[in-house]
Order: sequence, then C-alpha cells, then structure tokens
Amino acid sequence: MTDPVLSVENLCTHFFTRAGVVKAVDGVSFDLARGEIMGLVGESGSGKTVTGFSLLGLVDPPGRIVRGSVRLAGTELTTLPDARLRALRGREISMIFQDPIATLNPMLTIGQQMKLAIDAHERLSRRAATARSTELLTQVGIPSAAARLRAYPHEFSGGMRQRVAIAIALLHRPAVIVADEPTTALDVSIQAQILLQMRDLARETGTAMIWISHDLAVVSSLASKLAVMYAGRIVEQGPTATLLRDPRHPYTAGLIASLPAMTKPGTPLTQIRGTTPSLLSLPPGCPFAPRCGKTTDRCREEPALTEENGRGWRCFHPEGSNQEVPA
Amino acid sequence: MNDASTPLRRFWAEFRENRIAVVALAVVVLMILLAIFASLVSPQNPYDLANLSLMDSRRPPGFVGSGGYTHLLGTDPQGRDLLSAIFYGLRISIQIGLAAGFVSLTIGTALGILAAYKGGRIEALVMRLVDLQLSFPAILLALVIVALLGQGKVQLIGALVAAQYAYFARTAYGAAKAERGKDYIEAALATPLSARLVVMRHLLPNCTPPLIVVATVQIANSISLEATLSFLGLGLPVTEPSLGMLISNGFPYMMSGRYWISVYPGVALIILIVAINIVGDQVRDQFNPRLRK
Repeated sequence: MTDPVLSVENLCTHFFTRAGVVKAVDGVSFDLARGEIMGLVGESGSGKTVTGFSLLGLVDPPGRIVRGSVRLAGTELTTLPDARLRALRGREISMIFQDPIATLNPMLTIGQQMKLAIDAHERLSRRAATARSTELLTQVGIPSAAARLRAYPHEFSGGMRQRVAIAIALLHRPAVIVADEPTTALDVSIQAQILLQMRDLARETGTAMIWISHDLAVVSSLASKLAVMYAGRIVEQGPTATLLRDPRHPYTAGLIASLPAMTKPGTPLTQIRGTTPSLLSLPPGCPFAPRCGKTTDRCREEPALTEENGRGWRCFHPEGSNQEVPA
Repeated sequence: MNDASTPLRRFWAEFRENRIAVVALAVVVLMILLAIFASLVSPQNPYDLANLSLMDSRRPPGFVGSGGYTHLLGTDPQGRDLLSAIFYGLRISIQIGLAAGFVSLTIGTALGILAAYKGGRIEALVMRLVDLQLSFPAILLALVIVALLGQGKVQLIGALVAAQYAYFARTAYGAAKAERGKDYIEAALATPLSARLVVMRHLLPNCTPPLIVVATVQIANSISLEATLSFLGLGLPVTEPSLGMLISNGFPYMMSGRYWISVYPGVALIILIVAINIVGDQVRDQFNPRLRK
C-alpha cells in the first residue's frame, strides 16, 4: 500500500464537563489512502462526529484533543498553530455538514459564497472564480450551473443545496473530505444519486473521503473500508465486503443483523438490546459488554486490538471463528 | 402573481396588498415632504420673530391676522400661525426622530453584534449594561441626560440615542447570536477569511430584517419621546418649537376654550406616529415567515 494521505493514531478527544470527563473519542486509529472512501458508522453518541471535528481541529471547549496524532500528508495537525490550521482547512482538508440549510448563507447568492470560499485561500480574478465555481457545480450534477450561480440558497431544493455544499468543499481540491452525514436529511433516491457522484468524484480527483453515518446500508454501498465506532472507540474495522460478510465484533454483527434487508419480511426487525451507555459512566473493560450476549468475566478487561488480514477488532469472543483470543 | 425579479420588488408587491399600510406609507411620505418643504408651503416663517405680532396671538381658526392672510388653524400664544408652526414643528420632530433612530441603530447594532461575536467578558459587560438600561423607563433616562447636558438639538439627540440604542443592541444581539451558531458562520471562521469580512458579509446581512423592524418602531418612539421631553419643557428653546412644545404652549388655554393651540399639533403628531407604526407593523409581518399566508 502507498503512503496514507491521512493517518490517525490513538486519537483521544475528551470533554471536561462539570459532571466529569466525557471520553467522546478514546483511542481511535486508522489510515486513509489517496482516493479511498472510508465509512465511519456507529450509533448516535458513539463519537463519530467528534472524530470528524477532531481531524479538522474544530473541537470547541470544554472539549480538547488530549492525546494522539493526526497526520495529513506528513503534517502533524494536532500540534499545528491555529493560523496554519486555518490555512489548511478548506484547502487540504474540508468538511461537509449534515444540515444543508444551515451551511449556506441565505443572504448571498451561491456565486458570491463560492467566491468568498475561494478568496479565503487564493487570489483569483472574478472571471476565473466564476469559471471554477461553474465547473464544480456541473461536476456535482447541478444543471445550467452558470445561471444557478446567481440564485439564492432558498431557490434550491435540499438535495441541490447539499450538492452546492459539496461543490464548495471541493473548490480547492482538498486531499481529504470529512462528510458528516451529508445525505441524512435527504430522501433516499437523492441520497443514492449523490452517493454515486461522490464515488466518481473521489475516483476522478483522488480526494480521500471519510463518510460519517449511522446508516450502515448507505455507507456500505459507497465506502471501500468501514470503521465501526462504539462509545468512542473503533471496535472493528476492515474492508467493507469482508466486514459485512463476516463480522467479528458482536456489535458489528448486531448492526448488520438489524438491517431490514437481513430480516425475513413479516418478522420484527432484529435489534441490539439496551441503549448506548452514558460516556460518563462507562463500565470497566469492554464498553459493549452490558449489551452483549457473549459476555464473560474476561470482558471486564479492555480487549486489545486483534489484527488479521488487513482487518481488526476489539473483542475476546469474536463472531464467525470459534477461536477465542488466547488469554 | 408577482414575478419575483428582485427581493425589493417582491417586498413591494406584498406590501401593496395591505391598503391601510399603503395609505400610512403615503401619509408618512407626505409628512416628510411637508417637513422638507416647510418654508415653501407655510404662509409664515414662525421662527422669524419679526414676522410675529402679539396682536394676533391665540386667535381661533379662520382668523384673518395682521399679515393679511387667513390663519386656517388659528394662532398660538406668540401670535404664530399654527399651520406654519406645525409644518416647521414636523420638520424638527422628523429630523430628530430620524437622526436619533439612525445613530442608535448604528451604535446599538455595532454593540449587539460585537457582543454576540466576541462572547465572553465583552458579551457579559455589554448585555448586562443593556439589560440594566432596559429595566429603566426610556423617558426617565432621557430626562436625566437632557437635564445633565442642557438644551439643544444635539443634546436632545444624544439623550434619545442613550435611551434607545439598547433596543437595537438587544435585537442585533439576539439575531447575531442565533446566526453565529449556524454552520456557515462556523465554517467561514474556520478558514483564513478575516473576522471583519465574516461579520460584514455573513453575520450583519442576516441580522438586518429584525433591525429594520425595530428601526421603524424606534423612529416613531423617538419622535414621541422628543415630543414628551419638549412638552415637559426639556426639549428645544421656545423660539424653535417642535410639535411637543406647541402642544405644551397651548396647554394652559385648553380649559379656556382655546383648544386649537394644543389639539392641532397633537393631531399632527398622532397621525405621524400612527402612520409610521402601521408601516412598521406591515414590514414586521412581512419579515416574519410565521405570519406569512
């Protein structure tokens, strides 16, 4: 494998609240190659979004990255001064937010906003900026892009707005895009269109993507690699196909089993019993233990990462193989 | 329906649907024109003391005075033609109302947005000051300031601004605070765009609708506040009567049957303020999407 464009190691982002320390991200590691799309899945509150924000250094107090490293094309981001980090944001690494209504300024035309986003990083003539904006709008599938530059956000539908947001994220051809559930607010057919376009764009431009979602079905059609988060940790990661066919961590298995497509029509959907634990009072050892069907005394210890054929999981009693991790 | 070519044209098309608001707008425009061209439409210059004759004082409407023309609305205790005095009074009232309105709009908006943008201590300091001030009646504050600064146009405007900027600060703060948390502001701030640019291009334009509404209402308020101060004798000198002072001048004669000296300036003042408020209400309704049909 070539050098990863983004390499995250043991990233820990904690929030120091009055009620105690919330370990929202607790030891996350992964590598991302050029043009690769990684899906980051998990329930609400599992730390997906905080992971995304941490990558861009956008964690606000009382949150703080307490440990770990984020290297973007060799540059360490966690220790970078704010001014240098700002120069990278939008240029080398950009983010797409969940809500396409709040991400655009309602008082400026799309063209004006794209020009501002370009101005943030480079000096371009008005004409060149218009040309670049038009090109990108066309690329994300907006018809008659040149005319649409003069339109205001409210004149676009939700799906179109999200495309505009994606076009803005792509303006500077960043090496990495972090997309935080960008299609959640859209209906399914639009979602599918955008997913396909994103995959093509990643292929054409070499932009790597981290696609954050709670929807395993959506991500698995897009990403070549999956990371499943639970209570601030990645409990399992590996190539999408392998992970779906042969999950090792009981949580991943539970997620897959609860997909509607996995259930016989007419029978109730399978679900994982219980709810996500409060990050303030995590049980010692494996955080999934209280909800897991295979819990034993060993689960009171924290399971280490088991790696095998380019995938990894954190469980003493993995599914699929009957092999227990030797004590 | 409307062809929605520009936001302004769309706004006007909707405004036109409310006939009362259109009439009110016409009244406001008419009064502003009368104020601007007071010297052309008035039969007399009420500030030129040489023109006034005490022989003509307190005459009823329709009286033909020593100037040789009919005083349509009668004369005041100084022998001024009331109609002319009202036109000139309108000019002063509107001038002061607009000046005070715009200065407090500017200062209040700047403070409110600064507080919302900066947060922390500046926010606490500015907004607590504003809260403190809003807990006092505006008239009380204005009275104290006029008493301290003395009489005169500039002092009066200063007092009105000091009493009213707080409303703008509160409104701008609220709007900016809500806008500040939105993703597009956060995103713009995360890039090397200068803070000034983010505030001017992103934050300020999105705070304008509520500010326009407050501005129309506050202009009406500063006109009536000025009238109140003048009525209490704390406004402008007697030689340059505003509407409030005209009302005050006639007040002692109300009970002796010479109603016109107070009543006509009062009517002019009421019409102006009501008209501005109706326009303001319509503008507010149009900016409030929840009231949209």
